[in-house]
Amino acid sequence: MTTELLMGNDAIGRGLIEAGCQVAAAYPGTPSTEILQSVINRRDEAVDPLHVEWSVNEKIAFEVALAASYTGKRSAAVMKQVGLNVAADPFMRTAYLGVKGGMLTIVADDPGPHSSQNEQDTRLFCLQGRVPVLDPSSPAEAKAMVEPAFALSEKYEMNVVLRPTTRVCHSRQSVALTTPLGPDRKSEFVPDTGRFCATPAFLPGLHKALNAKLEQIAKEPDWQPKMVEGDGSNKGLALVASGIAYANLVDLLAELELTGTVDLYQVLMPYPLNPDFIDTLQNSYTKVLVLEETYPVIEMQLAHPGAAGKLSGAVPKEGELTPDVLYTALADFLGLERQQNEAVQARGQRPSLCPGCPHRAAFYSIKKTFPDGIFPSDIGCYTLGMNLEAVHTVHCMGACISQGAGFYQAYRQDGGATPTVVVTIGDSTFFHAGIPALINAVVQDARIIVVILDNATTAMTGGQPVPHMGIAAGGRKTKAIAIMPLVKAAGVEFIESCDPYHQARFEELLRKADEHTRHENGGVAVLIAKHGCLMDPAVRKAQEAAPVQITEDCLGCGQCVEIFECPALSMDKENETARVDGDRCHGCGTCIAVCPAQAIVEGGMI
Amino acid sequence: MKQQIVVSGIGGQGVLFLTRVIAQVAVDQGIPVLTSESHGMAQRGGTVLSTLKIGNFAAPLIRTGQADVALFLWDANLPVHQPLMKEGGALFINSNTEGVGERIDASAIAREMGKAVLSNLVLLGRAVNSNALFCTEGQCLEAIEKLAPPKFVEQNLQAFQAGLRN
Ligand code: SF4
Ligand code: SF4
Repeated sequence: MTTELLMGNDAIGRGLIEAGCQVAAAYPGTPSTEILQSVINRRDEAVDPLHVEWSVNEKIAFEVALAASYTGKRSAAVMKQVGLNVAADPFMRTAYLGVKGGMLTIVADDPGPHSSQNEQDTRLFCLQGRVPVLDPSSPAEAKAMVEPAFALSEKYEMNVVLRPTTRVCHSRQSVALTTPLGPDRKSEFVPDTGRFCATPAFLPGLHKALNAKLEQIAKEPDWQPKMVEGDGSNKGLALVASGIAYANLVDLLAELELTGTVDLYQVLMPYPLNPDFIDTLQNSYTKVLVLEETYPVIEMQLAHPGAAGKLSGAVPKEGELTPDVLYTALADFLGLERQQNEAVQARGQRPSLCPGCPHRAAFYSIKKTFPDGIFPSDIGCYTLGMNLEAVHTVHCMGACISQGAGFYQAYRQDGGATPTVVVTIGDSTFFHAGIPALINAVVQDARIIVVILDNATTAMTGGQPVPHMGIAAGGRKTKAIAIMPLVKAAGVEFIESCDPYHQARFEELLRKADEHTRHENGGVAVLIAKHGCLMDPAVRKAQEAAPVQITEDCLGCGQCVEIFECPALSMDKENETARVDGDRCHGCGTCIAVCPAQAIVEGGMI
Repeated sequence: MKQQIVVSGIGGQGVLFLTRVIAQVAVDQGIPVLTSESHGMAQRGGTVLSTLKIGNFAAPLIRTGQADVALFLWDANLPVHQPLMKEGGALFINSNTEGVGERIDASAIAREMGKAVLSNLVLLGRAVNSNALFCTEGQCLEAIEKLAPPKFVEQNLQAFQAGLRN
């Protein structure tokens, strides 16, 4: 057995392979992305044939994995917490209809949140969906849970959720590897229409069976809370924690030299919670501190009169339970002194589009062309267009086109002039949830401009392939689904494509698009802003150019830094001029147009 | 042996690689290690922080006032992340200005070597030279060799050694 330093997500990916998972489907999203990437990277370690795919969205990933499970194979659908919203429809129904081969839905939560539009708690989603959920506290534990979770899923023919959080996904730990299993199952789908096509007539029965299973699962011996008994010095008190909060608590107790002074429970399966555990806490302890991220899922089920937690207000109701936050909660519970030193509050430098990023040029042109426009946008790197004031709304995957249409309809019914609505959406997001919204906008005659920011990758999550690239997971060649004919088939009559680096041309097309939306016989206009992501070394290499220079004409007005915000530009406070960081500038030249004094010029020799 | 280490910088500076090198040394020595790191949006040029806990720990995050060593690749992060340090903790900063902690213009040294991003290993060399970290020069060389892409191993080793000498 070897030990490797593994990121939590890599550990989970390896766990899937060790458990003999044969179909794994995902849509990328921080903090879950590296799980499928790990399965792809480790494909050669699998014993049985393995299909991996970056699906177009999470609902599809879930349904692909579900069907594989119907054939008796082990499968996994992987996503982040907000991805579960997209997959909610099949997820909820699967609780009733069940699975055949073990199926895991791995949903990475993001308390904090670090990289998400909300902090929702997948455990609570599972409570509402009546699906068992497991809460690992470290990369090693997350990996160790995978195989038994498949076994649990198979025993009860139920989808089981594994819910790591950001601090588990993106931690690294020395993790022991075990030999991958090869269950060598052949697909064998046995139709069971009463179950797999269940009409409402069957559902009450299936619901009843589900409830009976949950009662049994709650009592599964392997998944019960683990107890570390105290020495009796804190009689009547108990600590209950799950996930990374448990791990943080263990370290904190050690730091304070309190290890083993109070009864400590680690909850492995927050739902369904064992009723005997609930009784034990009720009967044996007067006060219980419950530490969990993000919602009071355990605390609610305990309904303990002496519980201190999120419901009681003893623990903050939002944000990560960092060691500093835990310290305060623990100190109050055990009657210790609160800490003297202040916790870290500031956030540091805000994120920004990369130097040379084509999105920056596109946003600058959009804002410049339509100073009074309305700019709905979406989820991805380009959300950062808000720094350039060219992004007014960001809601959830694919919402921008429907929101743009909504803005238009609301203004139009007032009569009078309608503002220009420019929607920006990335190529991956367009495939994920943009297409139905585009069709709707066309059919409802919403007069909006849709700019598809096509950088030929899913940039924010590290560059997963997109359907129009002709590449599938792991680099396999596949059909390329071109965006333009799709847009055309959706009934759009104005479609243009342009590199946003060519600012003058891009702005001209924006104006033409605006005319189209305002013309009697016009409609939705689509402009594809096409330029590869600079995170791709090949793109960077292909456009190698010297860093720009600032001439003596610089007025020190700061526009290039404040409005354009290329991270390679900063203000030299002493000399009151702009300055180029030669280490970071790609020489893209898109900042040249910004300077009112023409003080930014193309670079000389590299 | 227990040590809590902070690595602070901005996206694109190689904070994660530096973190992995140190963690790999621990793994090679058979010492348990946990790290945490920033991903996604935060990596787009914004402030990034990774923490390492070497020895018998259960979680990777570091509580205020508990870090033994800090490596700052971006000195403007000091106000944000210095509070994580223990009083008397060892502080190494990539900077060309005067101030607290041990300072070295790692970016300038790396730039001379032709690649600004190598400042991360220059700074590591500086910290190892001061005996502030749990690991030795030889152990770091080994880990860098293991983790660097084959094409850049030589360059990475040189950057580390430049830090050792300066
Ligand atoms: S380079 Fe141009 S935009 Fe930037 S500060 Fe100088 S004058 Fe202003
Ligand atoms: S040319 Fe201008 S916009 Fe492009 S990377 Fe350099 S400073 Fe940034």
